[in-house]
Amino acid sequence: MRVALFLTCVNDTLYPDTGRAVVKLLRRLGVEVDFPAGQTCCGQAHYNTGYRHEAEPLARRYAEVFADYDAIVTPSGSCGAMVRELYPRMGERARAEGRGDTLARTLAPVVPRTYELSEFLVDVLGVSDVGAFYPHTVTYHPTCHGLRALGLGDRPLRLLRAVKGLELVELPGAEECCGFGGTFAVKNADVSTAMGVDKVRNAEATGADALCAADNSCLMHLGGTMSRLKVDMRPVHLAEILASTEEEPLV
Amino acid sequence: MSGTSGGTYLGMPAFPEAAHDAVRDTTLRGNLRHATHTIRAKRAHAVAEVSDWAELREAGKRIKDHTLRHLDRYLVQVEETVTAAGGTVHWAADAEEANRIVAGLVRETGESEVVKVKSMATQEIGLNEALEAEGIRAYETDLAELIVQLGKDRPSHILVPAIHRNRGEIREIFAREMSEWGRPAPEGLTDSPAELAEAARLHLREKFLRAKVGISGANFVVAETGTLVVVESEGNGRMCLTLPETLISVVGIEKIVPTWRDLEVFLQTLPRSSTAERMNPYTSMWTGTSDSDRADGPRTFHLVLLDNGRTDTLADEVGRQALRCIRCSACLNVCPVYERAGGHAYGSVYPGPIGAILSPQLRGTGSEIDASLPYASSLCGACYEVCPVAIDIPEVLVHLRERVAQGGTATREGAKVVLRPAKGHAAERAAMRAARWAFGRPGALRAGQRLASRTRRLHPRTLPGPGRAWSESRDLPPVPAEPFRDWWRRTNGGEDGAK
Repeated sequence: MRVALFLTCVNDTLYPDTGRAVVKLLRRLGVEVDFPAGQTCCGQAHYNTGYRHEAEPLARRYAEVFADYDAIVTPSGSCGAMVRELYPRMGERARAEGRGDTLARTLAPVVPRTYELSEFLVDVLGVSDVGAFYPHTVTYHPTCHGLRALGLGDRPLRLLRAVKGLELVELPGAEECCGFGGTFAVKNADVSTAMGVDKVRNAEATGADALCAADNSCLMHLGGTMSRLKVDMRPVHLAEILASTEEEPLV
Repeated sequence: MSGTSGGTYLGMPAFPEAAHDAVRDTTLRGNLRHATHTIRAKRAHAVAEVSDWAELREAGKRIKDHTLRHLDRYLVQVEETVTAAGGTVHWAADAEEANRIVAGLVRETGESEVVKVKSMATQEIGLNEALEAEGIRAYETDLAELIVQLGKDRPSHILVPAIHRNRGEIREIFAREMSEWGRPAPEGLTDSPAELAEAARLHLREKFLRAKVGISGANFVVAETGTLVVVESEGNGRMCLTLPETLISVVGIEKIVPTWRDLEVFLQTLPRSSTAERMNPYTSMWTGTSDSDRADGPRTFHLVLLDNGRTDTLADEVGRQALRCIRCSACLNVCPVYERAGGHAYGSVYPGPIGAILSPQLRGTGSEIDASLPYASSLCGACYEVCPVAIDIPEVLVHLRERVAQGGTATREGAKVVLRPAKGHAAERAAMRAARWAFGRPGALRAGQRLASRTRRLHPRTLPGPGRAWSESRDLPPVPAEPFRDWWRRTNGGEDGAK
């Protein structure tokens, strides 16, 4: 099976540790993973801000770059949902605009082969214990697109529960949005901030050392809020916890 | 009079400015949080009881889509069946025409006051204000609408228009204002719910017994028999629908269902979605008029079918799903943005997620508030999840963002028009184009990333321009020493053992 890492532009630029964690984790599980250098961005920010036509070339690039892989794994529920839910819709809209089937046909092959990390681990590899070690108290925030668009369900929690040393505590109001929302975070900064503060306070109330999620963009918003509020808690991506072992712990 | 008209909202600031104060109003935040979280939990419980909820949701969606697709046929059928049952059907293209028709009908009766059943359609057209201008006083009889009307306030929720008020505030309003409108509040009124409800009952009772004209909307119109349906919880609707001699119902053209069998679906999904009840306490149905002296109900019945932007909305392939809405409010109660911004920030009688897709379609995206509504969402999808007719609200929001940011074709007043992009999006458009250009060239992206990494010690802690909205409340993440792609290339994907 040829497996590619679709890291996403945000992770590539700001969170390379998450990318290294995915690579380390997949190799540990016996999966040879490639990082095609032609990859850039899925186009979600363009699409969701109302620039669907600007997103189209980025979607076509994605389809081209990842055409030869059996599985495309991404450590982002949100970008995964962009490909799986919105690429087909982009194709339909192009058809409705009288531009034929070309876009839909170009994008179709990569749609079912794109997996969010926890889906790939649980559904494709069939593992929930990935041999990780993380001796901390952790609370988990299910990010909206992973939760509702991809339907990740309890996959991330199953993976976390199997981590040695990890104590998982429930996050109150877990399924409520953190308030990031892409450009929403700046277009409606007051409401976005209020949502973020509530989420951080809920996380703080659990007494956990770390707030875990499967999307670094949401964690960027929450981590930025935490440090501004001087909340002593660490935002950490699911992949980094799962990559951590007793020999090479995440520090 | 309460300012509930569409007109009152003209000149509303854009959503972010309107939300700015609401977010800082701790009383309002507390009231909304308490109310929405309570009803949210109850709804989830009521829905979980129904084993075939997913099927009911799908059926509701299909029935509405079918009806909308053949609306031309069903509207004519409604006119025939209502007329055959003794009613009179009027057609109103917009708010002004509807108001003119209703005012004329009331004047013909010689009356100068009317009692009202809670109705979104009459609020949408600003009927109370239009009647007031004609010297006709409209009394709201729904408890929450009464609170809003007495408080000279605006509704902030579809189902619970006074959701932004707590018991103490309601007591104040009753004690202060009831005497201006009729029977005063009892001496020594406390804020106990039972006492407040009793004060409202006594105040309203004299209105019910005196009124000769009732005005309502309708939750549904059953085309096959010309039957109108109102579902409610307080019994005020039943009073207004049966006691007055003349009944005038203003109903949006999308409220039609073809048959009684279709109604069965919505009478299951609507109460559970809106009030978390298995069945609502009062379901009133009436078909035309009763000409017997012994029968209940009005002797004269008028149905005003209201378009007011609905046909234009129906013309839009993506946006038309908003017309499936049965006004249950489940999307408001689950929305984290509504909970914090409050209903007034939406500048419309339709607040919350459904309002954010209905108002810019019914009214167009021309005003500042309407152009800002499609962005009043983090696209979290909770609204779509709870919608009993499966309106994909995030999909329509994004579609309307495209219309605002890029312009394009839309239907207004029955004609295809080409819309220009809304003001203030030029810089964003340029930035999106630039980003697309860079993302189309991994080399350019890499150069940008490297520049960011090399200058990372020089980066300011706050951002200029639009980025300030981020850094005012959130710290920026540190930029790493090198982007992932450089690490991958340098270490051969980590195979070389380098860190």
